[in-house]
Amino acid sequence: MRPSFFIISISIWSLIMTTDAGATTAERNYKTYCVQCHGLDGRGNGINVTDMSTQPRNHTDAKEMSARTDEELFKVIKEGGQAIKKSVLMPPWSSTLSNEEINDLVKYLHTLCKC
Amino acid sequence: MTSHSTKKHSKTLWAILIATASMNTPVHAENTGKSILDQQCVSCHTLSLTTPQTVEQLWESKGPDLSSAGVKYKSEWMTNWLQKPVRIRPAGNFYANHIKTGEKSDVIDKATLVDHPKLSSNDAKLVVDELMTLKHNQQLVKQGDYQPGTISMTLGEMMFDKFKGCLACHQIEPGYGGLSGPEVYTAANRLQEDYLISFLRNPQAWEPKNIMPNKNLKEIDLQKLVHYLRALSKEDFK
Repeated sequence: MRPSFFIISISIWSLIMTTDAGATTAERNYKTYCVQCHGLDGRGNGINVTDMSTQPRNHTDAKEMSARTDEELFKVIKEGGQAIKKSVLMPPWSSTLSNEEINDLVKYLHTLCKC
Repeated sequence: MTSHSTKKHSKTLWAILIATASMNTPVHAENTGKSILDQQCVSCHTLSLTTPQTVEQLWESKGPDLSSAGVKYKSEWMTNWLQKPVRIRPAGNFYANHIKTGEKSDVIDKATLVDHPKLSSNDAKLVVDELMTLKHNQQLVKQGDYQPGTISMTLGEMMFDKFKGCLACHQIEPGYGGLSGPEVYTAANRLQEDYLISFLRNPQAWEPKNIMPNKNLKEIDLQKLVHYLRALSKEDFK
Protein backbone atom coordinates (compact mmCIF):
# COMPACT_ATOMS: atom_id res chain seq x y z
CA MET A 1 0.00 0.00 0.00
CA ARG A 2 1.37 3.41 -0.92
CA PRO A 3 1.82 5.75 2.10
CA SER A 4 -0.48 8.47 0.68
CA PHE A 5 -3.29 5.97 0.10
CA PHE A 6 -2.81 4.63 3.62
CA ILE A 7 -3.06 8.13 5.17
CA ILE A 8 -6.19 8.97 3.16
CA SER A 9 -7.81 5.66 4.23
CA ILE A 10 -7.07 6.33 7.89
CA SER A 11 -8.42 9.90 7.60
CA ILE A 12 -11.68 8.74 6.02
CA TRP A 13 -12.07 5.99 8.62
CA SER A 14 -11.48 8.49 11.46
CA LEU A 15 -14.03 10.89 9.95
CA ILE A 16 -16.63 8.11 9.72
CA MET A 17 -15.96 7.01 13.30
CA THR A 18 -16.19 10.60 14.62
CA THR A 19 -19.44 11.22 12.77
CA ASP A 20 -20.89 7.95 14.10
CA ALA A 21 -19.83 8.79 17.65
CA GLY A 22 -21.43 12.24 17.36
CA ALA A 23 -24.68 10.75 16.04
CA THR A 24 -24.76 8.14 18.81
CA THR A 25 -24.13 10.75 21.50
CA ALA A 26 -26.79 13.02 20.00
CA GLU A 27 -29.39 10.26 19.98
CA ARG A 28 -28.49 9.41 23.60
CA ASN A 29 -28.71 13.06 24.68
CA TYR A 30 -32.01 13.49 22.82
CA LYS A 31 -33.49 10.47 24.62
CA THR A 32 -32.15 11.74 27.94
CA TYR A 33 -33.04 15.44 27.89
CA CYS A 34 -35.43 16.17 25.01
CA VAL A 35 -38.05 13.40 24.93
CA GLN A 36 -39.57 14.46 28.25
CA CYS A 37 -41.25 17.30 26.29
CA HIS A 38 -40.67 16.56 22.61
CA GLY A 39 -41.70 12.91 22.91
CA LEU A 40 -40.19 9.51 22.22
CA ASP A 41 -40.97 9.97 18.52
CA GLY A 42 -40.03 13.67 18.49
CA ARG A 43 -43.57 14.74 17.63
CA GLY A 44 -43.86 17.28 20.46
CA ASN A 45 -45.92 14.97 22.66
CA GLY A 46 -43.75 13.98 25.63
CA ILE A 47 -45.05 13.04 29.09
CA ASN A 48 -44.86 16.67 30.23
CA VAL A 49 -47.14 18.28 27.65
CA THR A 50 -50.62 17.96 29.20
CA ASP A 51 -50.53 21.16 31.27
CA MET A 52 -48.21 23.18 29.05
CA SER A 53 -49.47 26.57 27.85
CA THR A 54 -47.33 26.27 24.71
CA GLN A 55 -46.88 22.89 23.06
CA PRO A 56 -43.33 21.75 22.28
CA ARG A 57 -42.07 21.81 18.69
CA ASN A 58 -42.83 18.76 16.57
CA HIS A 59 -39.35 17.77 15.38
CA THR A 60 -40.73 15.53 12.65
CA ASP A 61 -42.56 18.43 10.96
CA ALA A 62 -40.31 19.27 8.00
CA LYS A 63 -42.16 22.52 7.23
CA GLU A 64 -41.86 23.92 10.76
CA MET A 65 -38.31 22.71 11.24
CA SER A 66 -37.15 24.10 7.90
CA ALA A 67 -38.24 27.55 9.08
CA ARG A 68 -35.35 27.53 11.59
CA THR A 69 -31.70 27.98 10.70
CA ASP A 70 -29.05 25.79 12.30
CA GLU A 71 -27.82 28.88 14.17
CA GLU A 72 -31.28 29.36 15.67
CA LEU A 73 -31.55 25.69 16.61
CA PHE A 74 -28.11 25.84 18.26
CA LYS A 75 -29.08 29.01 20.12
CA VAL A 76 -32.44 27.71 21.37
CA ILE A 77 -30.86 24.51 22.71
CA LYS A 78 -27.97 26.38 24.34
CA GLU A 79 -29.77 29.43 25.69
CA GLY A 80 -33.41 28.39 25.87
CA GLY A 81 -36.65 29.43 24.14
CA GLN A 82 -36.53 33.06 25.17
CA ALA A 83 -33.22 33.53 23.35
CA ILE A 84 -35.12 33.28 20.04
CA LYS A 85 -38.32 34.91 21.37
CA LYS A 86 -39.99 31.55 21.96
CA SER A 87 -41.42 29.85 25.05
CA VAL A 88 -39.72 29.98 28.44
CA LEU A 89 -40.77 26.34 28.82
CA MET A 90 -37.80 25.40 26.63
CA PRO A 91 -34.88 25.67 29.08
CA PRO A 92 -31.22 26.49 28.37
CA TRP A 93 -28.97 23.44 28.24
CA SER A 94 -25.64 25.30 28.22
CA SER A 95 -24.64 23.96 31.64
CA THR A 96 -25.52 20.39 30.71
CA LEU A 97 -24.31 19.97 27.13
CA SER A 98 -21.08 21.07 25.43
CA ASN A 99 -21.15 23.14 22.21
CA GLU A 100 -20.08 20.01 20.33
CA GLU A 101 -22.95 18.01 21.81
CA ILE A 102 -25.39 20.79 20.89
CA ASN A 103 -24.04 20.88 17.32
CA ASP A 104 -24.53 17.11 17.11
CA LEU A 105 -28.11 17.54 18.39
CA VAL A 106 -28.78 20.10 15.62
CA LYS A 107 -27.62 17.51 13.06
CA TYR A 108 -29.77 14.87 14.77
CA LEU A 109 -32.84 17.12 14.43
CA HIS A 110 -32.33 17.09 10.66
CA THR A 111 -32.59 13.31 10.71
CA LEU A 112 -35.89 13.53 12.61
CA CYS A 113 -37.52 16.02 10.23
CA LYS A 114 -35.81 14.50 7.20
CA CYS A 115 -35.07 18.06 6.14
CA MET B 1 -2.72 -40.78 86.26
CA THR B 2 -4.93 -40.90 89.37
CA SER B 3 -8.73 -40.73 89.28
CA HIS B 4 -8.52 -37.34 91.06
CA SER B 5 -6.31 -35.94 88.36
CA THR B 6 -8.58 -37.39 85.63
CA LYS B 7 -11.62 -35.65 87.20
CA LYS B 8 -9.71 -32.37 87.37
CA HIS B 9 -8.75 -32.63 83.72
CA SER B 10 -12.30 -33.52 82.78
CA LYS B 11 -13.64 -30.40 84.57
CA THR B 12 -11.10 -28.21 82.78
CA LEU B 13 -12.04 -29.75 79.44
CA TRP B 14 -15.74 -29.08 80.06
CA ALA B 15 -14.99 -25.50 81.06
CA ILE B 16 -13.05 -24.95 77.84
CA LEU B 17 -15.79 -26.57 75.75
CA ILE B 18 -18.53 -24.47 77.37
CA ALA B 19 -16.49 -21.26 76.97
CA THR B 20 -15.75 -22.05 73.33
CA ALA B 21 -19.38 -22.96 72.61
CA SER B 22 -20.65 -19.73 74.13
CA MET B 23 -18.21 -17.74 72.00
CA ASN B 24 -19.40 -19.47 68.83
CA THR B 25 -23.11 -19.32 69.58
CA PRO B 26 -24.61 -17.04 66.92
CA VAL B 27 -25.79 -13.86 68.60
CA HIS B 28 -28.52 -11.97 66.71
CA ALA B 29 -26.69 -8.75 65.89
CA GLU B 30 -28.58 -5.57 66.67
CA ASN B 31 -29.49 -3.59 63.56
CA THR B 32 -27.69 -0.32 63.17
CA GLY B 33 -28.51 2.42 60.71
CA LYS B 34 -25.38 1.54 58.78
CA SER B 35 -26.15 -2.19 58.67
CA ILE B 36 -29.68 -1.51 57.37
CA LEU B 37 -28.34 0.86 54.72
CA ASP B 38 -25.65 -1.63 53.68
CA GLN B 39 -28.08 -4.54 53.51
CA GLN B 40 -31.26 -2.97 52.16
CA CYS B 41 -30.52 0.34 50.47
CA VAL B 42 -27.28 0.19 48.50
CA SER B 43 -28.73 -1.82 45.63
CA CYS B 44 -30.61 1.32 44.54
CA HIS B 45 -28.89 4.21 46.36
CA THR B 46 -25.28 5.34 46.50
CA LEU B 47 -23.91 6.37 49.88
CA SER B 48 -20.51 7.59 48.73
CA LEU B 49 -19.98 10.00 45.88
CA THR B 50 -20.76 7.95 42.80
CA THR B 51 -23.61 10.21 41.75
CA PRO B 52 -24.19 9.92 37.98
CA GLN B 53 -21.23 11.56 36.27
CA THR B 54 -22.21 10.39 32.79
CA VAL B 55 -25.45 10.01 30.89
CA GLU B 56 -24.97 6.23 30.96
CA GLN B 57 -24.76 6.27 34.77
CA LEU B 58 -27.88 8.43 34.88
CA TRP B 59 -29.81 5.77 32.94
CA GLU B 60 -28.53 3.07 35.30
CA SER B 61 -29.40 4.92 38.52
CA LYS B 62 -32.33 3.46 40.45
CA GLY B 63 -32.68 5.90 43.33
CA PRO B 64 -31.39 9.27 44.51
CA ASP B 65 -27.76 9.56 45.59
CA LEU B 66 -27.72 9.66 49.40
CA SER B 67 -24.08 10.64 49.87
CA SER B 68 -25.16 14.16 50.84
CA ALA B 69 -28.38 13.21 52.66
CA GLY B 70 -27.28 15.08 55.80
CA VAL B 71 -27.22 18.44 54.05
CA LYS B 72 -30.14 17.73 51.75
CA TYR B 73 -33.09 16.15 53.54
CA LYS B 74 -35.12 17.14 56.58
CA SER B 75 -34.75 14.34 59.10
CA GLU B 76 -38.30 14.51 60.48
CA TRP B 77 -39.82 14.23 57.01
CA MET B 78 -37.51 11.38 56.06
CA THR B 79 -38.25 9.41 59.24
CA ASN B 80 -41.98 9.60 58.50
CA TRP B 81 -41.58 8.96 54.76
CA LEU B 82 -39.52 5.80 55.25
CA GLN B 83 -42.38 4.35 57.29
CA LYS B 84 -45.04 5.38 54.76
CA PRO B 85 -43.25 5.86 51.45
CA VAL B 86 -45.18 7.50 48.62
CA ARG B 87 -43.98 8.30 45.12
CA ILE B 88 -42.33 11.73 44.80
CA ARG B 89 -41.28 11.44 41.15
CA PRO B 90 -44.36 10.53 39.10
CA ALA B 91 -42.24 8.86 36.41
CA GLY B 92 -39.73 7.20 38.73
CA ASN B 93 -36.13 8.04 39.57
CA PHE B 94 -35.16 8.61 35.94
CA TYR B 95 -38.24 9.27 33.83
CA ALA B 96 -36.79 7.96 30.55
CA ASN B 97 -36.71 4.41 31.94
CA HIS B 98 -40.44 4.53 32.67
CA ILE B 99 -42.25 6.00 29.64
CA LYS B 100 -43.93 4.61 26.56
CA THR B 101 -45.84 6.04 23.63
CA GLY B 102 -49.53 6.67 24.29
CA GLU B 103 -52.57 7.60 22.26
CA LYS B 104 -52.22 11.41 22.36
CA SER B 105 -48.88 11.76 24.09
CA ASP B 106 -46.23 9.64 25.79
CA VAL B 107 -47.38 8.16 29.09
CA ILE B 108 -45.81 6.76 32.22
CA ASP B 109 -45.30 3.00 32.01
CA LYS B 110 -46.61 2.25 35.49
CA ALA B 111 -45.78 -1.46 35.25
CA THR B 112 -42.08 -0.55 35.37
CA LEU B 113 -42.31 1.53 38.57
CA VAL B 114 -41.15 -0.09 41.80
CA ASP B 115 -42.54 0.91 45.21
CA HIS B 116 -40.06 1.92 47.91
CA PRO B 117 -39.81 -0.59 50.80
CA LYS B 118 -41.36 0.38 54.14
CA LEU B 119 -39.27 0.49 57.29
CA SER B 120 -40.39 0.02 60.89
CA SER B 121 -40.41 3.09 63.10
CA ASN B 122 -37.24 1.95 64.87
CA ASP B 123 -35.36 1.11 61.66
CA ALA B 124 -36.43 4.39 60.07
CA LYS B 125 -34.97 6.34 63.01
CA LEU B 126 -31.72 4.37 62.89
CA VAL B 127 -31.38 4.86 59.14
CA VAL B 128 -32.11 8.58 59.30
CA ASP B 129 -29.60 9.09 62.14
CA GLU B 130 -26.98 7.44 59.93
CA LEU B 131 -28.02 9.31 56.79
CA MET B 132 -27.78 12.65 58.56
CA THR B 133 -24.05 12.00 59.03
CA LEU B 134 -23.50 11.75 55.24
CA LYS B 135 -22.47 15.19 54.04
CA HIS B 136 -20.34 14.67 50.97
CA ASN B 137 -21.22 17.90 49.17
CA GLN B 138 -21.34 19.97 52.33
CA GLN B 139 -19.05 22.58 50.74
CA LEU B 140 -21.78 23.42 48.23
CA VAL B 141 -24.23 24.47 50.94
CA LYS B 142 -23.84 27.72 52.83
CA GLN B 143 -25.66 27.69 56.14
CA GLY B 144 -28.05 30.64 56.25
CA ASP B 145 -28.00 31.05 52.46
CA TYR B 146 -31.78 31.02 52.48
CA GLN B 147 -33.20 34.11 54.09
CA PRO B 148 -36.77 33.43 55.24
CA GLY B 149 -39.40 35.57 53.57
CA THR B 150 -42.76 35.33 51.90
CA ILE B 151 -44.31 35.58 48.46
CA SER B 152 -47.98 35.51 47.50
CA MET B 153 -49.17 32.24 45.98
CA THR B 154 -50.28 34.11 42.84
CA LEU B 155 -46.90 35.73 42.27
CA GLY B 156 -45.08 32.54 43.21
CA GLU B 157 -47.05 30.51 40.69
CA MET B 158 -46.56 33.14 37.97
CA MET B 159 -42.86 33.03 38.59
CA PHE B 160 -42.72 29.22 38.64
CA ASP B 161 -44.79 28.87 35.47
CA LYS B 162 -44.83 31.95 33.24
CA PHE B 163 -41.51 33.59 34.10
CA LYS B 164 -39.22 30.62 34.70
CA GLY B 165 -41.01 27.70 33.03
CA CYS B 166 -40.44 25.22 35.88
CA LEU B 167 -44.00 23.89 35.59
CA ALA B 168 -42.96 22.15 32.36
CA CYS B 169 -41.37 19.34 34.39
CA HIS B 170 -42.76 19.68 37.93
CA GLN B 171 -46.21 19.37 39.51
CA ILE B 172 -47.26 22.23 41.81
CA GLU B 173 -50.27 20.28 43.06
CA PRO B 174 -51.36 16.67 42.62
CA GLY B 175 -52.28 16.17 38.96
CA TYR B 176 -51.12 19.58 37.69
CA GLY B 177 -47.77 20.13 36.02
CA GLY B 178 -45.01 18.17 34.32
CA LEU B 179 -44.20 14.59 35.20
CA SER B 180 -40.51 14.06 34.48
CA GLY B 181 -39.23 15.86 37.58
CA PRO B 182 -40.12 15.42 41.25
CA GLU B 183 -43.32 17.02 42.58
CA VAL B 184 -42.49 20.38 44.13
CA TYR B 185 -45.52 20.87 46.37
CA THR B 186 -43.78 18.73 48.98
CA ALA B 187 -40.23 19.95 48.24
CA ALA B 188 -39.94 22.30 51.22
CA ASN B 189 -41.19 19.57 53.56
CA ARG B 190 -38.56 17.19 52.24
CA LEU B 191 -35.53 19.37 51.60
CA GLN B 192 -33.46 21.78 53.63
CA GLU B 193 -33.86 25.36 52.40
CA ASP B 194 -30.13 26.05 52.13
CA TYR B 195 -29.79 22.93 49.95
CA LEU B 196 -32.65 24.11 47.73
CA ILE B 197 -30.90 27.44 47.15
CA SER B 198 -27.64 25.67 46.33
CA PHE B 199 -29.25 23.14 43.98
CA LEU B 200 -31.36 25.72 42.15
CA ARG B 201 -28.30 27.96 41.77
CA ASN B 202 -26.28 25.21 40.08
CA PRO B 203 -27.84 21.74 39.68
CA GLN B 204 -24.82 20.49 37.75
CA ALA B 205 -22.53 21.16 40.73
CA TRP B 206 -24.55 18.43 42.47
CA GLU B 207 -25.04 16.09 39.54
CA PRO B 208 -23.29 16.96 36.28
CA LYS B 209 -25.76 15.08 34.06
CA ASN B 210 -28.95 15.77 36.02
CA ILE B 211 -31.96 16.49 33.77
CA MET B 212 -32.62 19.67 35.78
CA PRO B 213 -31.28 22.50 33.60
CA ASN B 214 -29.41 25.44 35.05
CA LYS B 215 -31.79 28.36 34.52
CA ASN B 216 -29.11 30.87 35.57
CA LEU B 217 -31.42 32.33 38.18
CA LYS B 218 -30.61 35.60 39.93
CA GLU B 219 -29.98 35.40 43.67
CA ILE B 220 -33.20 37.29 44.44
CA ASP B 221 -35.19 34.82 42.30
CA LEU B 222 -33.60 31.84 44.07
CA GLN B 223 -34.90 33.24 47.34
CA LYS B 224 -38.37 33.93 45.89
CA LEU B 225 -38.64 30.41 44.48
CA VAL B 226 -37.85 28.88 47.86
CA HIS B 227 -40.41 31.24 49.49
CA TYR B 228 -42.93 29.82 47.00
CA LEU B 229 -41.93 26.20 47.68
CA ARG B 230 -42.36 26.82 51.40
CA ALA B 231 -45.79 28.35 50.82
CA LEU B 232 -46.80 25.39 48.62
CA SER B 233 -45.71 22.89 51.26
CA LYS B 234 -48.19 24.41 53.71
CA GLU B 235 -51.15 23.91 51.35
CA ASP B 236 -53.53 21.05 52.05
CA PHE B 237 -53.98 19.18 48.79
CA LYS B 238 -55.76 16.16 50.24
